[in-house]
Amino acid sequence: MLKLVKYLKGYIKESIIGPLFKLLEAIFELIVPLVMAKIIDVGIKNSDKAYILKMCGILVFLGVLGFICSITAQYFAAKAALGFSAALRRDLYKHINSFSYTELDKIGTSSLVVRLTGDVNQVQNGVNLILRLLLRSPFIVIGAVLMSFFINFKLTLIFVAVTILMSGIIYFIMSKSVPHYKRAQEKLDKITQITRENLIGARVIRAFYMEDDEIKNFEDMSGSLLKTQTYVGRISSLLNPATYLILNLGIVLILYFGAFSVNIGTITQGELIALINYATQIILALLALSQLIIAITRAQSSSIRINEVFEIAPSMKNGEGVAIKDDGVKIEFKNVSFSYSDTAEEALSGISFSINKNETIGIIGGTGSGKSTLVNLICRFYDANSGEILIDGVDIKKFSFSQLREKISLVPQKASVFSGTIRENVKFGKDYVSDEEILKALEIAQLAEFVDSKEEGLDFMVLQGGKNLSGGQRQRLTIARALVGNPEIIILDDASSALDYQTDAKLRKALKELKDKTIIIVSQRCATVKNADKILVLDDGKLVGAGRHEELLKNCAEYQEIAKLQLGEGVLGNA
Amino acid sequence: MLKNKGTLTRLLEYAKPYRAYLILSFLFSVIFAAANLYTPIIIGDGVDLIVSAGNVDFESLKFVLFRFIAVILIMGVSQWLMGLCTNKVTYNTIKDIRFDVFCKLERVPIKYIDQNPHGDLLSRIINDAEQIQDGLLLGFSQLFSGIVTILATIGFMLKINFYITLVVVLLTPISLFVASFIAKSTYNMHKIQSKTRGELSGFVEEMITSQKVVKAFAYEQKAQERFDEINERLKKCGLAATFFSSTVNPSTRFVNGLVYTATGIAGALFAIAGRISVGQLSAFLTYANQYTKPFNEISGVIAELQSSFACAKRVFDTIDEKEEEKDPDNAITLNGENGKNQKTVNGNVEFKNVCFSYSKDTSLIENLNLKATKGQKIAIVGPTGSGKTTLINLLMRFYDVDSGQILVSDIPVKEIKKKSLRSSFGMVLQDTFLKSGTIRENIAFGKKDATMEEIIEAAKSAYAHSFIKRLPKGYDTVVCDEDENISVGEKQLIQIARVMLTKPKMLILDEATSSIDTITEIKIQKAFEKMMEGKTAFIAAHRLSTIKEADIILVMDKGKIIEQGSHEELLKKGGFYKKLYESQFETY
Repeated sequence: MLKLVKYLKGYIKESIIGPLFKLLEAIFELIVPLVMAKIIDVGIKNSDKAYILKMCGILVFLGVLGFICSITAQYFAAKAALGFSAALRRDLYKHINSFSYTELDKIGTSSLVVRLTGDVNQVQNGVNLILRLLLRSPFIVIGAVLMSFFINFKLTLIFVAVTILMSGIIYFIMSKSVPHYKRAQEKLDKITQITRENLIGARVIRAFYMEDDEIKNFEDMSGSLLKTQTYVGRISSLLNPATYLILNLGIVLILYFGAFSVNIGTITQGELIALINYATQIILALLALSQLIIAITRAQSSSIRINEVFEIAPSMKNGEGVAIKDDGVKIEFKNVSFSYSDTAEEALSGISFSINKNETIGIIGGTGSGKSTLVNLICRFYDANSGEILIDGVDIKKFSFSQLREKISLVPQKASVFSGTIRENVKFGKDYVSDEEILKALEIAQLAEFVDSKEEGLDFMVLQGGKNLSGGQRQRLTIARALVGNPEIIILDDASSALDYQTDAKLRKALKELKDKTIIIVSQRCATVKNADKILVLDDGKLVGAGRHEELLKNCAEYQEIAKLQLGEGVLGNA
Repeated sequence: MLKNKGTLTRLLEYAKPYRAYLILSFLFSVIFAAANLYTPIIIGDGVDLIVSAGNVDFESLKFVLFRFIAVILIMGVSQWLMGLCTNKVTYNTIKDIRFDVFCKLERVPIKYIDQNPHGDLLSRIINDAEQIQDGLLLGFSQLFSGIVTILATIGFMLKINFYITLVVVLLTPISLFVASFIAKSTYNMHKIQSKTRGELSGFVEEMITSQKVVKAFAYEQKAQERFDEINERLKKCGLAATFFSSTVNPSTRFVNGLVYTATGIAGALFAIAGRISVGQLSAFLTYANQYTKPFNEISGVIAELQSSFACAKRVFDTIDEKEEEKDPDNAITLNGENGKNQKTVNGNVEFKNVCFSYSKDTSLIENLNLKATKGQKIAIVGPTGSGKTTLINLLMRFYDVDSGQILVSDIPVKEIKKKSLRSSFGMVLQDTFLKSGTIRENIAFGKKDATMEEIIEAAKSAYAHSFIKRLPKGYDTVVCDEDENISVGEKQLIQIARVMLTKPKMLILDEATSSIDTITEIKIQKAFEKMMEGKTAFIAAHRLSTIKEADIILVMDKGKIIEQGSHEELLKKGGFYKKLYESQFETY
């Protein structure tokens, strides 16, 4: 948890003042037994009522002071703790934001959500309690011990020995429980994952009547969490009893040895009572501390989980940004190979091709042939394992990510839209885009009619996942999104799979009218790529054909097969 | 406090099954509290034996000390056992609550899931439940020992001196009033805090799920800004909630201090008058401390519980959601199991005057009439948004019609058991969904006890076998929905394999082959045809290669069926369908 201390930066003032005021409060509390002792030894023994009243007045005054100090301390502690957790969350999200899919897969979305909310919460509680109690308890203990030393050295020593023994036990208990709390959080991750999947795949799960299975699954995982919680609960339940037991034994010792001391006149009865009073205060303070220990233990295991996320370095480095060479070749692949993981087969092998500026390129191939992988590499979601990728004549790794994003716009295969208005979805971060540009993009994407038909127009609210739109409407929305902001390269990855032929044709026509854009269309449909300047044919990760439609009909067996099936036998004869 | 009586009662309902442990916890806390209270008496007795130099009764002291040791041993054991029991009750109660939320999510109408950010729903199961747990734990552990301590201390104090006890008893409840007052004011703050936490969860979950798009559009900056905005709000309302709740403790301790002082004055005066001994006074002071401490703790509990109640309300809101309509008592089962109320599927599907729309102001399907008989292949064609997926939502009863009737096997769907209705259709959806698990598990979705041979056979008919074999662990490869390693088309093949395995009586394909290349699609088509011989199928698609073979083509536009017929008939008609068909050859 110490690694996370830096998030208190900015709240150093509060983190120091808070505990200090708690300290003051503790001081006032410590004076109380002294005053009481005085009341007994002087007031009662001398039957001095006035003295008693005066002393009680002091007690009330101390109480008020203590109250003010405490409130101040609570405020500063809360401010620091909340500020800490907000800063921590912010940085954590920023770090997660920099992840690519490979990193996200390492931990998984559900666990990340738990860590960002649940675990940060635990740490926040820990910090809050630490700031409120950490100085107070040890201080009271030290203060009480010091006061007791003044009364009688030997007796106090006994009590100190007992306290040290107790600390050892607390530490032992704590270290035993940290790994178990961590395990409990992991089980919480699993529960989150099951729930999340059931939300995303609700239709499929109901279609296959899997609800009962999923419920059983959830129940099993819950049961597992229960077991871990119970186990660690048994350990941490020992904390309080152990404290009580040992410390009270200390009082036994004080009474026993104290008796001897009073007998030989080393201390008075009143002083013995004060000693016992202090001992009781120490017990209470240490008890409060042991409550704190549990919160710290949980905070510790949560911190470990949070640090795990921080320790994952994003695998791809941002380039510094670079000037381009404009020789007309927009995108070039030189002998590029790639596989998603060390153990998987190569998704692409030895791919070489070049695309010129303002060309329209088609990419076609069977299922799993590597089309989307090619797109992933052009967008630099992954880095190639070997070979070179050049954009505008420059190695793609040299560009900064923001430069790349400005150049390249992607319409992904699986249409992802967000909860928000249509306007927000199309703009998606490009705040400088005007409503006119949005409407123009919607027109090209063949979605203008839909937006016009809605009363709210651009303010129409889209639900999470675009569930209130049809598949085709979602897809068109993502196309519009890719069109705004003037990208140089537009990639459409099977972007019309949910569109009927009519809409698809209109879309292609509208795209054709865009000037100064390099367009890459990945598709299954011959008709879609037929008129491209160049068509790349992929099969099983290899480039098996590159050229215009007519050339490929002559030279490329795979392309011939596709064309035959889709466009009819006659098309071969015409070539 | 009273405002949340309903929530409190419901929470206690959940704890009811474990009341045995609650009772045990109570018993142990009684023992603990009694022992704890006895301690000052013993100490007082001990002190009374140690009067002054030369005036110490060592013999009697020894017995006192033995008593003391016995008492603290009892204290330790009972406190530990009490902790165990409280844990048991609380952890089990929360487990049950989480379970109920999850079950409810499985049974609510799809509409609820579509309309609520997933992260917010998740927050209820993770964070809100956790908060309730912390509150209950604190509540149960403090409450019992607290009450017992209070009652017992009053008893002990009364034994020593009535008047001083009166002073104590009258003053201490002030702390409770203070606590309640603060608690009431903070409830709303906690409500806002829970809600904002849910909002943050929702935002984060949505962003991370679509991380690819976020990166593709360099949205990270904007996403960070939006995150920061919610984060700031969470900080502010968190500060308010945390701080004001924390004022309870100092306030009650101040009151305690006053009580202590008052006790001191009264006690000293009485001691001067010789009515009590110094030892008794010392005991009394200890009792006063003991007595006020539970009030302190209970006040703390009241404050903490505000947060728990706010969270509990959110959780109960979900649990209270209306479920999908339950099957009527005499609902019919459709798949040939022997027993009452079972009918065999005869392959007829009928829509009678069906009207439906997702929202009240836009109409989607109006007066749809359609009849399909056994063995017919019905293709549903039309521009996007014309209502194809909606028809399927209605057939599967993911949504219910606004008016009109749907009949399957000549029985109104509302009279058929949902489980039976849904499993008699084999469904492949437009959006792929893989559950985290192995590929084998994903294929065996609808038939848990399928053998490996059956699974491989199904995969082969879906033309998925070859790419699965090429994966590092083959059928045991672990996948999840977000996997990049498997292409979208391949995911669709796995979905198709699922259906091939279950061999359903009727088939629904919703653009199921949109991401698959034509060659593979045709092969799959042939596989489907074999499987579907004599069975009814609904296919929604754009791909005319899919549609040409259908018996009936329904052409939909804006929620209505505008043309019906076979491929040749519709071409001859020269209407909407013909235009659609010809756009395949448009030379653009």
